Amino acid sequence: MTSRSQAKLGRSILLHLALTPLALIWLFPLWMMVVFSTMPDNGIFSPGIELLPHDNFLDNVANLQRDTNFIGAIGISVSVAVTYTILSVLLTSMAGWALARYEFHGKGAVVAIIFGTITLPYAVVLIPQFIMVARDFALANTWIALIVPPLFNSLGVLFMRQAFSMMPAELFDAARVEGVKEWRIFLFVALPLARPMLAALAIILFLASWNNYLWPLLINSQPGAMTAPVALGTLIGLTKVSWGGIMAGAVMLTVPMLIVFVLLQRHFIAGIAAGAVK
Amino acid sequence: MRTQNATAYRFLTPYLLIFAIFWIWPIISSFLISFQATRTVPWRFAPTFNWGRLIGDPAFYNALKNTLLILVIQVPVMISLAIVMAVLLNSPLLKARGLYRFAFFAPVVVGEVAYSAVFRLMFSLDFGIINKLLNSVGIPKVDWFSNVTPAMALIMIAVTWRWAGYNAIIILAGLQSIPEDVYEAATLDRVSRLRQFFHITLPLLKPVIVFCAVLSIIGTMQLFTEPFLITERGGPGGGTETLGLLLYRQGFRSLNFGYASAVAYTMAGLAIAITLVQLWLTRDPK
Repeated sequence: MTSRSQAKLGRSILLHLALTPLALIWLFPLWMMVVFSTMPDNGIFSPGIELLPHDNFLDNVANLQRDTNFIGAIGISVSVAVTYTILSVLLTSMAGWALARYEFHGKGAVVAIIFGTITLPYAVVLIPQFIMVARDFALANTWIALIVPPLFNSLGVLFMRQAFSMMPAELFDAARVEGVKEWRIFLFVALPLARPMLAALAIILFLASWNNYLWPLLINSQPGAMTAPVALGTLIGLTKVSWGGIMAGAVMLTVPMLIVFVLLQRHFIAGIAAGAVK
Repeated sequence: MRTQNATAYRFLTPYLLIFAIFWIWPIISSFLISFQATRTVPWRFAPTFNWGRLIGDPAFYNALKNTLLILVIQVPVMISLAIVMAVLLNSPLLKARGLYRFAFFAPVVVGEVAYSAVFRLMFSLDFGIINKLLNSVGIPKVDWFSNVTPAMALIMIAVTWRWAGYNAIIILAGLQSIPEDVYEAATLDRVSRLRQFFHITLPLLKPVIVFCAVLSIIGTMQLFTEPFLITERGGPGGGTETLGLLLYRQGFRSLNFGYASAVAYTMAGLAIAITLVQLWLTRDPK
């Protein structure tokens, strides 16, 4: 073996020695979530160290369902996340298309306002949003309250604006020459071309809605209207509650997303990395 | 491109309506509400009512102090860790890359409530796995929830676990956009890898790192769920109270919208200041 490839091997071993413990530490909370969700409560609160799954998961799901209607809350969360994702992808890609491909009065102002306010903390709009939705519109504890206000999110507009503006103009001009209407060009030429970007955007939006906590906690606090994270959150800190059940709920919230993440990792990472693209 | 006002606004209007109603108007509205006394009906204009109270409120200073303390410690630690993760994940020598990527990036999909529950259980005093593991190597158990310093550390550990991989994804994308030939020249000149990292990689990554830092600062500044659920409403005794919790308590427990809006605008002021620092740090040197 040459000294050069020896040095390379040495570096490779060092690299894996550094990265493996860090990776194991990072996986540990997720692993323990799964382990806890399969243990009976008296096993979780016992002095021994348990690092392997047991077989109590279904009992824990039943315990959780006894503490709160979690399955119903999951139903609300899924419906809200799906509806929100479809609406938000549609709205933001239409707006992104307009900003990318047309010249119009006020365009500069619209772009400036979106960019100028994007780093403002969400906390700033929380109180007026709550007053408006709960008091003025009297929509607390409805699906509309969960779906519509978060549609303001402007990251998708900037993301789709960039996606559409990178497409060559000839693609659309050819259709225009043949007299195709603008909305048909958008729907049948531009959107299909933007499929990878739409997938990335949809995944990020779905995840944001699925995990959203603060707004649903404030606006839908009645038991029958709670989303799954809010329902689970109400149990944390109670004294007479099944912790195995809470962990089973955490697993039900997390594992589907982990599977989606593994299957669609490329889109996921594209969506997150795009946050950095100006 | 010719001007196409009608077509453009047909595409734009649905989004702009939502954006105006649920983002722009609330930004203006909460500014106005912060100058009103909101615990009397009808609300009345009283410019110093909330802001005057804020300046003299020990609870506000406690929340501000805790929030800034978390910012100053947690954000640099997390960004450094994210840089290490990204650089190591980017190495061509790495085997089983997918597994390592999964380990670091998986927390990105985990919801705040789910991971808060797990951390709470893992760190509990007598039966938490962390204390059991510490005990088994001879370290006395730590009471993570009744003492302020361990409680703050726990919040920082939890947030770092959740967000380091997220930042590593962004930094990794930045690393991959650095052209290879920059390093080839340096390697030919026998510049050591460590020096390459500090003199080539870090300077080229600066805009990305500053971007991550700004995102993280603005995110951590609004920290709410972790002290709400993990340390039980900012406990022990307000030791992990944050501006986000104070806003929640004032706005949605005491229904004191005016005061809560003043807290919200304090956060906005900090965010604006930090964004200006970012623009200054990443300006084009002329």
